[in-house]
Amino acid sequence: MGLLIVLKADWPRLSHDYFNLAIARQLFPDILFTALRNTAAYTAMGFVFGLGFGLLLALMRLSVVAPYRWVANVYIEFFRGIPLLLWLFFLGYGVPTATGAQLPGQPYSPIVLGLGMPAAAYMAETIRAGIQAVPKGQAEAARSLGMSHGQAMVSIVIPQAFRIIVPPLTNEVILLTKDSSLVAILGVTIGTKELTKFGRDALNQLVNPTPLVIAGLCYLIITVPLSLVVRRLEARNNRAR
Amino acid sequence: MKVVKVIPQTSSQVEVVSTASDAAIEVRSLHKSFGALEVLKGIEFHVDPGEVVCVIGPSGSGKSTLLRCINLLETPTSGKIWVSGQDVTDPDVDIDAVRRSIGMVFQQFNLFPHLSVLENLTIAQRRVLRRSRSEAEAVARANLERVGLADKMTAYPAQLSGGQAQRAAIARSLSMGPDLMLFDEPTSALDPELVGDVLEVMRGLAAEGMTMMVVTHEMSFAREVADRVVFMDDGIILEEGRPEAVLGAPQHPRTRDFLARVLNPGHRAPPLASDPTIA
Repeated sequence: MGLLIVLKADWPRLSHDYFNLAIARQLFPDILFTALRNTAAYTAMGFVFGLGFGLLLALMRLSVVAPYRWVANVYIEFFRGIPLLLWLFFLGYGVPTATGAQLPGQPYSPIVLGLGMPAAAYMAETIRAGIQAVPKGQAEAARSLGMSHGQAMVSIVIPQAFRIIVPPLTNEVILLTKDSSLVAILGVTIGTKELTKFGRDALNQLVNPTPLVIAGLCYLIITVPLSLVVRRLEARNNRAR
Repeated sequence: MKVVKVIPQTSSQVEVVSTASDAAIEVRSLHKSFGALEVLKGIEFHVDPGEVVCVIGPSGSGKSTLLRCINLLETPTSGKIWVSGQDVTDPDVDIDAVRRSIGMVFQQFNLFPHLSVLENLTIAQRRVLRRSRSEAEAVARANLERVGLADKMTAYPAQLSGGQAQRAAIARSLSMGPDLMLFDEPTSALDPELVGDVLEVMRGLAAEGMTMMVVTHEMSFAREVADRVVFMDDGIILEEGRPEAVLGAPQHPRTRDFLARVLNPGHRAPPLASDPTIA
């Protein structure tokens, strides 16, 4: 089957449409210094917000105070359930229509909230699972030494939980990297285009799909090194375990 | 069920301390249930300052639960507990402050795996006692030397043998300067050849006058080091007294049966015809 495709394919046509070097050359350096940089920046913003807020939500879900748990549960179920595109649309168009004003902190606030708030919901569940995977004896030992609940969490339980959740958290960063392509619907200027939008615009302009392929490959420039760094980190953690 | 009181050597060991403040640990009519399961069924228990008390008994008898109730890792269902005269069952008590003065050693060591041995010993000193780094490290170093681990300061817990890990855990507790130490089966998770080093450290502590409550299966340790041995079975204290009395001439048939099984594994004590609880 695979062989058949290789034999029957129209190779000159394929390379002209999808691997057209003349076209590709025109994308540089903007695709790296604007589009790739923006993709990385949006991902980082969403991740930092998601991680911080996700940790708070995870602690709320594990709280002995029932209303905290309820609020966190509703939040998590809501944001895990709605499509990201819908949420971005709401932030970019719903909020201005309803209030007559844009969110303060343009153009980054809708990006941070748009990517970060749903990411927080996913990460909250990951972090919660990580905290629960730390053996109960760890918190007991910390409390027995006179640490408060908060001190035991901050110094003993959470650092160990994060070691446990490095692999699933990496997964979420990679998903977030690709989800960052959706922020294009918020409306972008030349300076705020990320990889996918950049590729699509270049496709229209140059009437050739090669930019999409190059943009796609650029995602790997983020995700592959990330995976390698994480693998190193894990190996180091396992030695200390 | 009848509780056999062994004839005491000194009067202070049998008379229930009337003012709670005299005792290092004072437990009165303690009950603890997990759901429908009643694990402690009315415990009267005390440890005097400087005393070493070993608690023995079959698994499931409630001895670890009793120990864990004393620093409130388990919340008593009812009853009262005083530690150094302070009512720890009072809802307003500052439990973190109480725990600061109680060292706890766990069966599974519970060292912090993400921290070096030195950091394991300093983190609570710094966070809880607010000691400076140099002061905390000096205390930690002294305690590691005391348990024979001065050369393991920079090691991580995963790099230690079980015996070394447990000694580091003891040193960690000692670094907080506790008034008394609780040991929850400290040698039960160790390979037999590593038990000796840990018991040696505990022997040294006892000799220095540390108040100790030790839940253990090490009968020779209990016989040699304990001032008093307490036998628990099925959530109550059945028998207590000098080690040579409880271990050498047990009065209660259940104690006899238990000791026979522990000291001669594979053999059972001859059942007493008069006792219906032994089948």
